[in-house]
Amino acid sequence: MIELTINGAARQVSMPLNMIQLLEHMQLGGKRVAIERNGEIVPRSQYAQIELAQGDQIEIVVAVGGG
Amino acid sequence: MDHFIIAGKPYSSRLLVGTGKYKDFDETRRAVEASGAQIVTVAIRRTNLGQDASQPSLLDALPSSQYTYLPNTAGCYSADDAIRTLRLARELLDGHDLVKLEVLGDPKTLYPNVVETLRAAEVLVKDGFKVMVYTSDDPIIAKQLEEIGCVAIMPLASLIGSGMGILNPWNLQIIIDNAKVPVVVDAGVGTASDAAIAMELGCDAVLMNTAIAQARDPILMASAMKLAVEAGRAAYLAGRMPKKIYIASPSSPTSGIIGT
Repeated sequence: MIELTINGAARQVSMPLNMIQLLEHMQLGGKRVAIERNGEIVPRSQYAQIELAQGDQIEIVVAVGGG
Repeated sequence: MDHFIIAGKPYSSRLLVGTGKYKDFDETRRAVEASGAQIVTVAIRRTNLGQDASQPSLLDALPSSQYTYLPNTAGCYSADDAIRTLRLARELLDGHDLVKLEVLGDPKTLYPNVVETLRAAEVLVKDGFKVMVYTSDDPIIAKQLEEIGCVAIMPLASLIGSGMGILNPWNLQIIIDNAKVPVVVDAGVGTASDAAIAMELGCDAVLMNTAIAQARDPILMASAMKLAVEAGRAAYLAGRMPKKIYIASPSSPTSGIIGT
């Protein structure tokens, strides 16, 4: 079990998913997002290579309405 | 055709609009269309986890083929937060680097913290961003932001979302007269005349959100704002008559009056 924080909420995943698998797992596959892992942006080109680790702090953001 | 240039790209619409505070994406889209805006601001926020992924998103309602997005740093109270947000925005939008920088000083007035804004602007410009920077109507700060390399200066008319209109046209005039980059009046516009006044001062464009979204009829207000910006710009280009304080002058001939 890997315990991590996603968008401020404590979460668990059963194995070290890569970013693509994480997005699928969170039902965000195909959605336009940006991901930050432990304060660093994960480039989209590296989504398949970067895997979750214990204690990771993940931010997944989107564009919303704003002024 | 009258246009202005931001970071080397021409825009014919001098009205920029925000996408917040609307009832739904359909109203957002219709209002933005009615406004004629080409540049729209968006905010960067955590995605709602557990939401239905097939739900349309804001960017679906406002396609990138028609609009230039301006990601903002709303809700950021430090240079670090603003920088972090815009780097995420750049990744989100596939390297798009035209951004709106705002660093706020307090949540009640949403007044900009210009010290943190200067700090953030330095880092962002060095990192290759094209920064359109929201700031106070302080002419010295405006000039410093320009000298740092911001591509547009965006002084407030009044407090964000207040609809108070233009509080200090004199300061805005100084900023406009001294600027070598576009000046976009941003924040506090409430109704059409506010937008027209801003344009009559000679600014390059106006940015607004609440004035449209919180009008009783946002679609109608959006088109009113489009007309107001055009009218104000034309009046500016036409060169207004001088104000003659307490000196009246009749527009009709003073000779040939009957009964004299």
